[in-house]
Amino acid sequence: MNWSAVRAIYVFEMARFFRTIAQSLISPVLSTSLYFVVFGAAIGSRIQEVEGVSYGAFIVPGLVMLTVMTQGISNASFGIYFPKFIGTIYELLSAPVNFLEIVMGYVGAAATKAMFIGIVILITSFFFVDIDIQHPLAMIAFLVLTCVSFALFGFIIGIWAGNFEQLQLVPLLIITPLVFLGGSFYSISMLPPVWQTISMFNPVVYLISGFRWSFFGLADVPILTSLLAIAAFTGLCLGAIWWIFKTGWRIRQ
Amino acid sequence: MAPILSITDVRKAYDGGFEALKGVSLDIEEGEILALLGPNGAGKTTLISTVCGITRPTSGTITVAGHDIIRDYRAARSLIGLVPQEIALEPFEKVINTVRFSRGLFGKGRKDAVVEDILKRLSLWDKRDNQIRELSGGMKRRVLIAKALAHDPRVLFLDEPTAGVDVELRKDMWDIVEQLRADGVTTILTTHYIEEAEAIADRVAVISGGEILLVEDKDKLMARMGRKQLMVQLTAPLTAVPEGLSDYDLTLGADGQSLIYSYDTQSERTGITRLLQDVAKAGLQLRDVETQQSSLEDIFVSLVHKGEDAA
Repeated sequence: MNWSAVRAIYVFEMARFFRTIAQSLISPVLSTSLYFVVFGAAIGSRIQEVEGVSYGAFIVPGLVMLTVMTQGISNASFGIYFPKFIGTIYELLSAPVNFLEIVMGYVGAAATKAMFIGIVILITSFFFVDIDIQHPLAMIAFLVLTCVSFALFGFIIGIWAGNFEQLQLVPLLIITPLVFLGGSFYSISMLPPVWQTISMFNPVVYLISGFRWSFFGLADVPILTSLLAIAAFTGLCLGAIWWIFKTGWRIRQ
Repeated sequence: MAPILSITDVRKAYDGGFEALKGVSLDIEEGEILALLGPNGAGKTTLISTVCGITRPTSGTITVAGHDIIRDYRAARSLIGLVPQEIALEPFEKVINTVRFSRGLFGKGRKDAVVEDILKRLSLWDKRDNQIRELSGGMKRRVLIAKALAHDPRVLFLDEPTAGVDVELRKDMWDIVEQLRADGVTTILTTHYIEEAEAIADRVAVISGGEILLVEDKDKLMARMGRKQLMVQLTAPLTAVPEGLSDYDLTLGADGQSLIYSYDTQSERTGITRLLQDVAKAGLQLRDVETQQSSLEDIFVSLVHKGEDAA
């Protein structure tokens, strides 16, 4: 293993994050606060409790997940797309590194950034609602796994994207609907039976359910199923990236 | 001694079917400076990209100090430094960090003294904390070289290093290449500027249409291919080459006041003595005599055209 390369990529990518730390933090914190005002205060006052948890607190795990997923994807996709766009990818391709080292550097940094912002969101939410985290270790595990798996997914998008529009397309067209329909703001059990069945095909449901369980002990699906789903998603993304580097798809002719 | 870089029958066909390299073989000795000359689209950059791992060869083998670039890519690539043709740098990164990044990427531990030395040699030390976007084009090119040298490569590829660079910087680049040679670094540079090859290369390879047309010691090449021209300036203009000189393949200058004689510098008899005697016999008065040697550029153009005619 070329650990020095992993570290070099990681440090380089984190430097990009710290250069723009204000922008990186202000917008997620602001949008989360808006969610609390709109969903927590305005709508929440009419819903009051979901399965014994106040609505304001109930949406916290979903909000953190929403942020972490979109951040993981956008950071990783931008991280690898930008070198492709400006041409600095030549150095990566001519360096003595394998796909795993490249992925560890880029995805590691993207996941770290997403995690950092996710934690800031969580801290922000403490200002709006009272939350006890019942299973803190499980919470951290879910957070880390989600950051990593969605950063992996973002990495694939970044390699696939041929322009900046495409870079935005997948998060906008696929991820946002999946997250909104994945039970971020409601419990799946509140839906009519048909929609409950359809929701089971949405991978994000498993992530949010597992994450919410670590907070309140409440879950839409069994916790083990959640873990399996996220492991399968991670494995799938890793497999796809391995194939990309093996065939050189969109990066090496 | 085994060559440091050995390219054997390398072919590269792109997905569209275009064959950029048609069986290139080339051995490069350690410590030499090889100039790869060729017109646009000849396959220079494809050849370099293939050696460096940016594109994959369709067939053929390449070894760097005995390491196969595919099977043993880590060892092979860590010996190579590449300065690409296009300026490609992270605009918001600091000069020193981007050089450190390159060193780390190639598996070398952080050594600030090495980075400092490279930056100083390239006159970038004062700019080390500047963001790259603040630098001029020439400075950016220096940063690219610094990055390529950050991991102490033994083989350096310079893909048109002086394209769009002013005269002073070009001279600086040549000095840098000379210094590297003194350190035992092998340099392969592609260039459009024949004067560059003429000035610094030990050997010249000419590539055109994806094929190596010739590889030869620069001095030998110039001597072998070098045709010389003797211009005899006359005091009075002529309308035609005089009868007595018809045995020589002479051309009359446009103004009629000069006779031009081409000869091969390598042949035993150049025929100059006899020509001058016959010029005197023909009753012509000489005003001046000068000779001209064809440059590498002329040689290059004639070679490439020959290759095109044959194709």
